[in-house]
Formats: sequence, structure tokens, C-alpha cells
Amino acid sequence: MAKVLVFIDNPGPALKKASLELLTIARSLGEPAVAFNGELHDDVAATLGAYGAQALYRPSTADLDDYLVGPKASYLAAAVQTAEATVVLTENSAEAREIAARLGIKLGAGVITDVVAVDPDGTAHKSVLAGSWTTTAKASTPVAVLTVKSNSITPDPAVTGTAPGTVTVEVPATATAASARITARNEKAASGRPDLAEARIVVAGGRGVDGNFGPVEDLADALGAAIGASRAATDAGWIGHDAQIGQTGKTVSPQLYISAGISGAIQQKAGMQTARVIVAVNKDAESPVFEIADFGIVGDLFQVLPQATAEIKKRKA
Amino acid sequence: MKIIVLVKHVPDAQFDRHLTGEGNTADRSESILSELDEYALEAALQLIEARGGEAAGNKVIALSMGPAGAVNAVKKSLQIGATEGAHLSDDALAGSDAAATSLALAAAIRHLGADTPADLIITGMASTDGETSLVPAQLAERLDLPQVTFAASLELDGGKLTARRDGDSHADTVEATLPALVSVTDQINDPRYPNFKGIMAAKKKTITTLSLADIGVDPAQVGRTGSWTAVESAEVRPARTAGTIITDEGDAGIQLVEFLAAQKLL
Ligand SMILES: Cc1cc2nc3c(=O)[nH]c(=O)nc-3n(C[C@H](O)[C@H](O)[C@H](O)COP(=O)(O)OP(=O)(O)OC[C@H]3O[C@@H](n4cnc5c(N)ncnc54)[C@H](O)[C@@H]3O)c2cc1C
Repeated sequence: MAKVLVFIDNPGPALKKASLELLTIARSLGEPAVAFNGELHDDVAATLGAYGAQALYRPSTADLDDYLVGPKASYLAAAVQTAEATVVLTENSAEAREIAARLGIKLGAGVITDVVAVDPDGTAHKSVLAGSWTTTAKASTPVAVLTVKSNSITPDPAVTGTAPGTVTVEVPATATAASARITARNEKAASGRPDLAEARIVVAGGRGVDGNFGPVEDLADALGAAIGASRAATDAGWIGHDAQIGQTGKTVSPQLYISAGISGAIQQKAGMQTARVIVAVNKDAESPVFEIADFGIVGDLFQVLPQATAEIKKRKA
Repeated sequence: MKIIVLVKHVPDAQFDRHLTGEGNTADRSESILSELDEYALEAALQLIEARGGEAAGNKVIALSMGPAGAVNAVKKSLQIGATEGAHLSDDALAGSDAAATSLALAAAIRHLGADTPADLIITGMASTDGETSLVPAQLAERLDLPQVTFAASLELDGGKLTARRDGDSHADTVEATLPALVSVTDQINDPRYPNFKGIMAAKKKTITTLSLADIGVDPAQVGRTGSWTAVESAEVRPARTAGTIITDEGDAGIQLVEFLAAQKLL
């Protein structure tokens, strides 16, 4: 049976939904194992077992986080060899994709990014050209490396859990030689809202919010949603760059995307047009965002959003 | 200082984009210099300008790999201010995936650095067509250079490079020594436009055309045959059609909630 190695960088105190999705996909392809970096909490180890991980691999060194990408790829390459894996799954974040990229060169393995589904024979499905096309792609190499978008499948624990042992993988001494070093790290304050990439609902504001994200935040909180933004709003400094949706920000595929005061430029659409349902609120009936909206309101967001928020609260009360 | 900037000729996203042919590759008939590479070029120009510019012996080489038309990305880069251009073009390159592309570009970079190796290779954060961001990391791996990617700011002090890289939960300060490979985001600067003087000056600048033979790459290692992944099928996603559009008459917020309730999204 194919050995499938899932890479989880710093699992933290509880596994992200994206990691559970990877484990679920791994089981559909073969026998799953996990290579992690960072601390492994007992709860996390138990969850990995519940999701069917047969073996856990950890690096011999604790300083991989002090370097950018390269040394983590060296560790992962060693883990793939130790595990004799033929498929490697990682999340689709910028850093995970870069680790996958270098891993591919180290192992002579084909890398496929932005994967949304994987067939049992290894064929990967992905959306390309800003979500306007879908393709299937396959690696022709002995090992395939796939980076999978979150919200691709519903995570599902294994029928029978496991109690995997942990194997330490020797990180090559040369791994950090030609590497950029991370000399300072500023943690960003947690918002208490769902993670943008994984959120079921995203409420996003653009230049139309004119410096005031209040109505967007209130609606998001009433819906339990994450907050997104257009580049015009992040460039203006009204909200952090991590909230940017689009070509140079995040790509999201939530169940619901509510766009408020955003015109719907091609670079914005690139990040949200695969959402299941799109709602747009914009003053200008000619805005391109209405071409892709399932429900569009030509109106002032400062009227429409607070009214919707109040109505949701009323119904939920 | 010698900087090589990688520039890609990509289908213009303002038009409908298509995947065609046996390898399901992008149709390049309406192509432009990738917008994201303009930030790379600007970063390179600012670095040499702060060090006395070309007069002080600094240069920026714009390198593009692609079919005949890709020379236009190089020409545009020369108009914007690159010192010289290089165009890697060979029929055998068609259909190259990231691994094959990075193999060919790494060889081209070594070729251009045969006399004096480049101090910096700068790329955009992604191409606007492939959108994978694999090639910069793979080049760092192949060239064994420190990788400073997704730089939202960049400073060079002597041989030391300092960049800011924004992650989801943290922002990092990254340091490396030259030579290094850098990719920059669209947060790093405001790219300049070519002006009349630049357009005229570009006509006198050299563009070197390179074939696989020139850079010592076996054609079997690149293109569709040399690639490690293949696109097996491609389908245009049914275009989203506009749904119900209403004009707010004072109760649109309520109607919005009714729509969400009907879609079981509350
Ligand atoms: C290389 C590159 C990369 C880019 N990457 C991205 C990206 O990742 N993400 C992104 O979003 N953009 C990106 N852009 C920018 C993109 O081209 C647009 O400029 C940007 O999306 C516009 O943001 P906006 O819709 O908020 O602003 P605008 O286009 O100015 O639209 C504001 C909208 O708000 C409406 N409005 C104003 N007031 C109200 C009100 N009170 N109530 C309701 N509606 C109101 C207006 O009618 C208008 O439609 C990129 C551009 C480039 C060149």
C-alpha cells in the first residue's frame, strides 16, 4: 500500500482543520504517516492517531523555525526517505508551497499546488487562472508532492484509530548552510475570529468602507465569519495585509462570501470567485462584482449591513 | 553590483484566458510583462540607483524564458530601466513545468554569471498565469543560494540583506548574505512606468538570445518530456452568472437575511 506522508509544520496545541483534511485525504490514498516540526502536544498526538496516522516523524534539531524554508525542506526530504513515502501532502500556504517546491527538487519529485481533490490513482484536481479553469494534473515521478487547499473536503476520523510511535529523523548537518535566517518574529494578535483560509463565511470590505470596518466587523461577528478586504482597503491601512483577498492576498472558497464596497476587479475576483454563494453590496449598479453575485444589493453598505446585522441578531435571539 | 531580474511574459488577465493544445498550456496571444515582475524590476533598479547606478558599474539584467513573443517582456523591462536583456528561447522548452523551468533558468543564470556571478537574483512573488510561486524556491535550491522570498521590504547593507516577510500569524525579519535569491511582493514598492527617455534609450540596449545549447541544457531535461508533472485535462469553469440584483428601498438588509436563510447559510 502506498505510504502517504502528511507534513504538519508546528501543529500547536490543537490541529487546524486543514491538517485534518490532509489526513483524511492521505487515508484515501494509502497508509498515512505524519512528519511534523515543533512541539507535539499529547492531545495532538491522540488526534493524529484518531485520524489513522501509522507513524510520526520529528526532526533531530529544534531550530528549523530559525531559518526560511530550505532547512525544513531538507528535514522533510529525509523524512520521506525514512518513511518510504510515495506521496507527500502539505497545506497550500505560501511557506508550505515553498517547502514543497524545494522538496521536489531534492527528491526529483513533481509538485502540484492548489489541489482541491486527489483521485485514488494520484490525479490531482486544481483550479487555475484565477479560478476560471479547472485542470487535472499528475506527477510522473516516483514521489508526488501535493499542496492541498483548505476547505477541500470534510475531515473524517479513521474507523479504527492508532497509537503511532514517534521516530526521530536526522536533519542533514548541511541543511542550514546556504539559508536565510529569521532574526526576529512578531506574532500578530489573534482576532478571535475564524481563520480566513478555513472560514465557512467571509465578510469583506473595500474602499467603500471609507476607513470604517465597523459595519463589516459587526456583520461578520453576527454570522461567525472571518473578515476579508480588497487591496484598496489594506493599502489604505484600514486593516492588516493578512486580510487581503485576491491575486496577491489569500484565495478563499467559503460557503458564503459577502462583498461590501468592493468593485470586483479581476485581481480581487481571483481570490473569491470559487465561493459557493456570493453576495455583493455596492452603491454602483455598474460594478463588475454584480456580474458574479448570486444576490446583489445596489445600496449603501452603511445602511444595508447594520440592518442585516440587526435582523440576524433578532432571528438568533 | 550585478542583479538578474526574472521577467515573464504572461497572458493579460484583462482578457479571457485559455488553456490550449496538447499540454493544456496557456494561450499567449494577448500577453504582457507580468505585473508582479514590475515590483522585482523596481526593487533591483532602486538597489543599483542607491549605489551610483550604471555609472558606478552596477547593472540589472532582465532575463525571460519563453517563446519568441516573450522578448517583449524583456523589451518592456529595458524601457523601464534594466541595463541589458536576455531571452532564453528554444522550442524544446514548450510545456515546461516548474521543475523544468527552474532547471533551465538556473542554467541561464549560471551562464550569465560565467564571468562575474550575479550578486542577486530577484523575481516576482508569483507569475500571474501559473500562480504557483514554485520557481523562486526551486531556483534557490538548484543554485544553492539563500532564499529570501515574499519580501515586503528589502534593505542591503554591505553584503547583508534584510527583508520583512509577512506570514499569517507573524511577521518575520529575514537576513541573508549575498549572493542570494529574492522574491518580492506587491507591498514592496510602487513600480515606475517607462517614460519617453526610457523608451528611446531601450532601443540601444542589448538583448542576448540564448538557446538550450548556449546554456548547456539537454533538451530532454526540459519541456513536456523533461517535466515531472503533466496537465492531463483542462476545462473552463462555467462562468458565474449574475443572480438576483435588487436596489435598496430601505429593507435590503432584511432581504439579504431572507436570502441567507433560504440558502441555509444562517
Ligand atoms: C499586481 C496587482 C495585484 C493586485 N492584487 C489584488 C488583490 O490581491 N486583491 C484585491 O482586492 N485587489 C488587488 N489589486 C487591486 C485591484 O486591481 C483593485 O484596484 C482593487 O481590488 C480595488 O479595491 P476596491 O474594490 O475596494 O476599490 P474600488 O475599485 O475603488 O471600489 C470601491 C467600490 O466601493 C463602492 N462604494 C463606495 N462607497 C460605498 C458605500 N457607501 N456603500 C456601498 N458601496 C460603496 C464603489 O461603488 C466601488 O465599486 C491588485 C492590483 C495589481 C496591479
